[in-house]
Amino acid sequence: MTPDWNHFTPWTALAGGLLIGLAAVLLALLNGRIAGISGILSGLLRPLQGEWPWRLAFIVGLLAATLLVARPEIHIEASTPMLIMAGLLVGFGTRLGSGCTSGHGVCGLSRLSMRSLVATGLFMAAAVVTNYLARH
Amino acid sequence: MLALISAFIAGLVFGLGLIVSAMVNPAKVLAFLDVAGAWDPSLALVMGGAIAVGLIGFAVAKRLRRSLLGLDMKLPALRHVDARLVIGSLLFGIGWGLGGICPGPGLVAVALGESKAFIFLIAMLVGMAAFEALDRRR
Repeated sequence: MTPDWNHFTPWTALAGGLLIGLAAVLLALLNGRIAGISGILSGLLRPLQGEWPWRLAFIVGLLAATLLVARPEIHIEASTPMLIMAGLLVGFGTRLGSGCTSGHGVCGLSRLSMRSLVATGLFMAAAVVTNYLARH
Repeated sequence: MLALISAFIAGLVFGLGLIVSAMVNPAKVLAFLDVAGAWDPSLALVMGGAIAVGLIGFAVAKRLRRSLLGLDMKLPALRHVDARLVIGSLLFGIGWGLGGICPGPGLVAVALGESKAFIFLIAMLVGMAAFEALDRRR
């Protein structure tokens, strides 16, 4: 393990992390709901019901954030077939496993949930191994 | 109405966090996952920062019988680790490791007009819909 200090951005990473945590806490305290993006998004795929409006409002807010700040750098290396495979796995996996980086990784670990600790450990490990096999 | 405004603001702050932290950049995410190569530890601080705030906030939220806006509290109650959680998390991790994109950053990248992120998003929605369809047949 050799840290790449040239690309290390501790302050913006920490500031962004604090904002993400704040958003999750706001939704929990004010709305009584979990800020899990995969759960919120998939809820919008189901027929219209009572949980629809707040989910839509959250997603609109998420997208609107792009209007407030300068365009960030985004670099997607993966090929189209790889992206399709990745998308299918992320979509199916997050529903089967009841959460993603936000629902399990941020909210779940903050709630000290054993399920989320297991989920986060597994998806991090799977991602590291997959990335290793794809790169090296 | 207030609940919609608070959900909108939470989404907005979440999106800002993803952009400021550079979680929206899949190359940055993959550099974090690449522990065997030139490892960029930044994203550990994103998680750490989010959880530091979350630990305090959720400690309070868990004690609430109703939300501050008077809504019912819908925090997860499940406690047991089952095969669905394990297999689902592994599949998600494989997908995340292939593209470096998880659901939140994928959405934000689409809003920024990234065509590759759009392909990912459509595939992700198909994956979610496929799960819903299979799950309903059980």
